[in-house]
Amino acid sequence: MEDIKNILSEIESSDFDKASDEEKKSAVRERPSTTFFKDGLRRLSKNPLALISFVLIVLVTLAAVIIPFVWPYSYDAMLGNVPGKSMDMSYNNLAPFEYSRSEQLRMDQGEQVFPHIFGTDASGRDYFIRVIYGTRISLTVGFFASLIVLIIGLIVGSVSGYFGGKVDLFVMRIVDIIYSLPDMLMVILLSAVLKESLGLWIQGTVLESIGSNMISLFLVFGLLYWVSMARLIRGQILALKEQEYVLAARVAGAKGSWIIRKHLIPNCMSVIFISVALQIPSAIFTESYLSFIGLGVNAPMPSLGSLCSDALNGISSYPYRLVIPALVISVIVLSLNLFGDGLRDAFDPKLQK
Amino acid sequence: MDHKTLTYIIRRIILAIVTVWVVITVTFFVMHAVPGGPFLGEKAISPAAMKALEAKYGLDKPLLQQYFTYLTDIVTKFDFGPSLKQRGRSVVEIVFDGMKTSAYIGIIAALIALVSGIFLGTLAALWRNSFWDRLVMVITTAFVSMPSFIIGSIFLIVFVIKLKMFPANGASEGGLILPIITLSLSPMSYITRLMRSSMLDVMGQDFIRTAKAKGVPRLRIIFVHGIKNALLPVITYFGPMLAYIVTGSLVIEQVFAVPGIGRSFITSITGRDYPMIMGTTIILAVLIVIMNLVSDILYKVVDPRITLE
Repeated sequence: MEDIKNILSEIESSDFDKASDEEKKSAVRERPSTTFFKDGLRRLSKNPLALISFVLIVLVTLAAVIIPFVWPYSYDAMLGNVPGKSMDMSYNNLAPFEYSRSEQLRMDQGEQVFPHIFGTDASGRDYFIRVIYGTRISLTVGFFASLIVLIIGLIVGSVSGYFGGKVDLFVMRIVDIIYSLPDMLMVILLSAVLKESLGLWIQGTVLESIGSNMISLFLVFGLLYWVSMARLIRGQILALKEQEYVLAARVAGAKGSWIIRKHLIPNCMSVIFISVALQIPSAIFTESYLSFIGLGVNAPMPSLGSLCSDALNGISSYPYRLVIPALVISVIVLSLNLFGDGLRDAFDPKLQK
Repeated sequence: MDHKTLTYIIRRIILAIVTVWVVITVTFFVMHAVPGGPFLGEKAISPAAMKALEAKYGLDKPLLQQYFTYLTDIVTKFDFGPSLKQRGRSVVEIVFDGMKTSAYIGIIAALIALVSGIFLGTLAALWRNSFWDRLVMVITTAFVSMPSFIIGSIFLIVFVIKLKMFPANGASEGGLILPIITLSLSPMSYITRLMRSSMLDVMGQDFIRTAKAKGVPRLRIIFVHGIKNALLPVITYFGPMLAYIVTGSLVIEQVFAVPGIGRSFITSITGRDYPMIMGTTIILAVLIVIMNLVSDILYKVVDPRITLE
């Protein structure tokens, strides 16, 4: 009885007044509500390694896209080989910032000559632009190969996961078999053969300008590497399709393809995004490996791997020709991997506690 | 062994057999899709080799029949036919010749990778977040991201050309040291990372706390309770490690001029020696599939808690 009296004495009538506008304001949450995407970005921005990697990737990509347009030399021009003149051998095998005889002559007359920053190769081609162009090729291969893997994996994985039953069983057995194939050996075998036969099939079409080797690379990626993407997406879809909102959509009369497109795929987007980000460096890795053993892009088009492989021939005299493309590959692959890891840490909901 | 494990093992063996069959079939038909067939477009075939090929493949017979002959010869006689370029030698002979050197390099590289990876990973886990842990993680990240041919080429420049510590030719004495080290670096880095996370996981378990509470000496906890349990996930890496070493040796042998199976495989690709390409692909693929099978089954048997898909 005494307690209740005490409590009652603490309550004042002013406690029951209407709240003023100021008081109402203080009840409003200070921080605006955040979306999943913003939250992920915030986490990503706190990861310095991932940010540095991202800046590096952007810089390398911009360089690979822009520099070939403004550079005075082209990747396949043998500088000593001017039509109508005799071959100028002094252009070949220039050291970095060295000039050929005719260039030296022009400079003596007061003319400006653009330097060969990394020198030239054995055929007198400017090495800097070849490295830049090789980077462009490697990035292109990595990007498009991942895109192909994504598209095939997305279609197969989501259909198989959503419909389940016999379709799923059948598709998953195929996936199991392809998954257990020794991928690199199959890649080598298919590239070796496709390189031979594709040349005939694509003759005279638009595809010819891309080159048979590049197309065979894409085909090989499309044939072999979609399986892990399909597995991943199937697993996601299997978990997601049990959610109530999918049931609600079905009750409302939505068709399977609509549910897949509008509900299931958007919800596993972050997982897909992360695995594509990690697929790109592995595709670049594979391309450089194939180029190194002579199954990569068609000559004279350079790729980072083929530049390394070409450099092996003159390695005792010109070691920098191997070191430069090797460094570029390592930087690209490393920063893409670190950025992908950062993305996974920031966006994968399973890792959040 | 319980019923479930047995079913898993049988299913896994069937998958392995189907995989090998797919490899042989794909290899055969892909090779025969080359314009003009794998053998007819060649000018440099010696008449003797051509005759042997005709006998082997029955080149005038329908494709399906040739395929069945090829398949049965592999399964029953382990016969892949003669090489196109190396006269009078069979594919199997050449492959096993190269395999001696390659297997030597590969096994030693795998052992080095295992021992040093387990060692480094354990230390990194025990000294978590120390300077040494960070250093090990940075170095291993770099090695995992660097293609093996780049590591090999840089070693070639530094140790062979600049320092002249090793011979440039892998066939001469001491020439195999660099290829072995190069091949072991990436698997070592992978095992280190695997071992570190698995060790961290194990050391946080309740039974470790119990052991500590009981007053078990620290070294005994680390070795008997910690490492022994943390080793399990490393078993799953045996298959991928072999695959890495096989594909890695293809380029490493090229870089260091090692007379192994990898170099003869690359030579056969550039020289379009089709029976060699087919035979080497199939033999190496079977090796990798078997290793994957063994490591999967081993993992399941030593740790029955795991439900592998």
